[in-house]
Amino acid sequence: MRLSPDDLIFWRHGFVVLNSTILTTWLLMLGMTIGSWLITRKLVTESRIPRWQGFLEIVVTSIESQIQEVGLRDPEKYLGFLGGLFLFIAVSNLCAILPGYEPPTGSLSTTSALAISVFLATPFFGVLDQGWRGYLASYLKPTPFMLPFNVLSEISRTFALAIRLFGNVMSGTMIVGILLSITPLVFPIFMNLLGLLTGMVQAYIFSILATVYIAAATRGGEEPDPITTTKGHPWKA
Amino acid sequence: MLINWFTVVAQAINFLILAWLLKRFLFKPILHVIDERAKGIAAQFAEAEAKKTLAQTERDDFQHKNETFDRDRAALLQKAEAEAERRRLLELAHHEADAVRAKRHESLRIEQRGLSQEIGRWVQKEVFAITRKTLADLAAANLEERIVAVFLEHVRSLSGEAKDQMTAALTTSADPARIRSAFDLPPAQRATIENAVKQSFAVETRFEFETAPELIGGIELSKGGRKLAWSIADYLGTLEKSARELMHQDPPQAPKPEDKAKTDSKPDPKLESKPKAGPVREPRSDLAAAGMAPKANP
Repeated sequence: MRLSPDDLIFWRHGFVVLNSTILTTWLLMLGMTIGSWLITRKLVTESRIPRWQGFLEIVVTSIESQIQEVGLRDPEKYLGFLGGLFLFIAVSNLCAILPGYEPPTGSLSTTSALAISVFLATPFFGVLDQGWRGYLASYLKPTPFMLPFNVLSEISRTFALAIRLFGNVMSGTMIVGILLSITPLVFPIFMNLLGLLTGMVQAYIFSILATVYIAAATRGGEEPDPITTTKGHPWKA
Repeated sequence: MLINWFTVVAQAINFLILAWLLKRFLFKPILHVIDERAKGIAAQFAEAEAKKTLAQTERDDFQHKNETFDRDRAALLQKAEAEAERRRLLELAHHEADAVRAKRHESLRIEQRGLSQEIGRWVQKEVFAITRKTLADLAAANLEERIVAVFLEHVRSLSGEAKDQMTAALTTSADPARIRSAFDLPPAQRATIENAVKQSFAVETRFEFETAPELIGGIELSKGGRKLAWSIADYLGTLEKSARELMHQDPPQAPKPEDKAKTDSKPDPKLESKPKAGPVREPRSDLAAAGMAPKANP
């Protein structure tokens, strides 16, 4: 049994490999882009809108309002990164319903890549918002003694992000695989449903945490408690 | 090894590309369209608000106009009603005045007629008395004899078409010829009349004598719807007319011919013929002659 879709390699040349993770990601990217393009190429501004447009509008405005709720004043600036994060994870998890599909988020490489992206995006947006001095000053708060702990926290939460998503998605796929070998009928369907729910929840957690980190960096203040910030969702920690 | 570092880098790049693509193809267009729609809705709301304000203004204006119109209409209606009432009262007064005038006119007319009748009667009586007295005084015969004489003279002198018609009437009818007079004719005069008539018209017929007091001083022969009559009424009528004109009491149109006849109620001086008026003239002239010159032929 493969633990990661990385192990399914289609082509290799030196250290360059084309494995299932990359290929699936490309396919997802293609599908999402074409789908978006198909829907948004004929948007209407009248009061009566097509259903697909209505659905996408709901998705986009929900993401935007979530970002705003966390505390980012100008959600449109972060919408590309945070919304892309959420949609990529959500779509790749939801596609697990398709037979023979292995979600790229079940690969530690992908989750690490996403976590590293967040790790880099946090100072990027922080510097963009407050400048170098303001951003770096935030590491010395509340006292300069906290500098090592702040840096440590920065790194550890990146690992936590990567491991959390990988563990959840991989375990979901693994559980379905194991159950299929034990009870091949009916029961795997419920596990699959649970997997879909977990996938959505993980997508939400990952993106909301990224939002919280970026919000903390841009505000220059202390990092807000994610639980109190996103009240009503205690399980996302 | 769970992590393939090449895959990590590739996935990171993939993700960044995807984020850019989604921003380009999904988020921007969607947000743009939402903004556009929000702007459109805001514009519509503003427009609706403007229209509402306009409608409110127009409604107020219209209401105001309506009120003014109602007020004006009520005032006009009131004025018109008052005018109509005034006209109605005026008309009523006119009618009443007309009625009073007509009534007055009628009573005046009745009074006038009564007066004329009275005068006529009086004139008749007086003239008759004078005539009778004059004739009695001036002639050997009495008035009745003179009347019979005059009547017979005219019977004899009757000629032309009138005579033919009378002859025809006397011949064709089987009834007796009727002689009516205001006085009782003595048997000698009756015989004279019978003979004169028989001779004049050359017919053989029976005679029936009748006394009619309403024929004051008159005598008439009637048979088969034709009548030969003589009376002094014509002369009396002329006298009455002259008297009336003298008194300036009676305009010419007031007493109608029927009224006159009624008033007189005495024998028609004319020789009447229903189909023709031919024989009428001669007796009248003769009557006039008789009245004017009672003594010429005793």
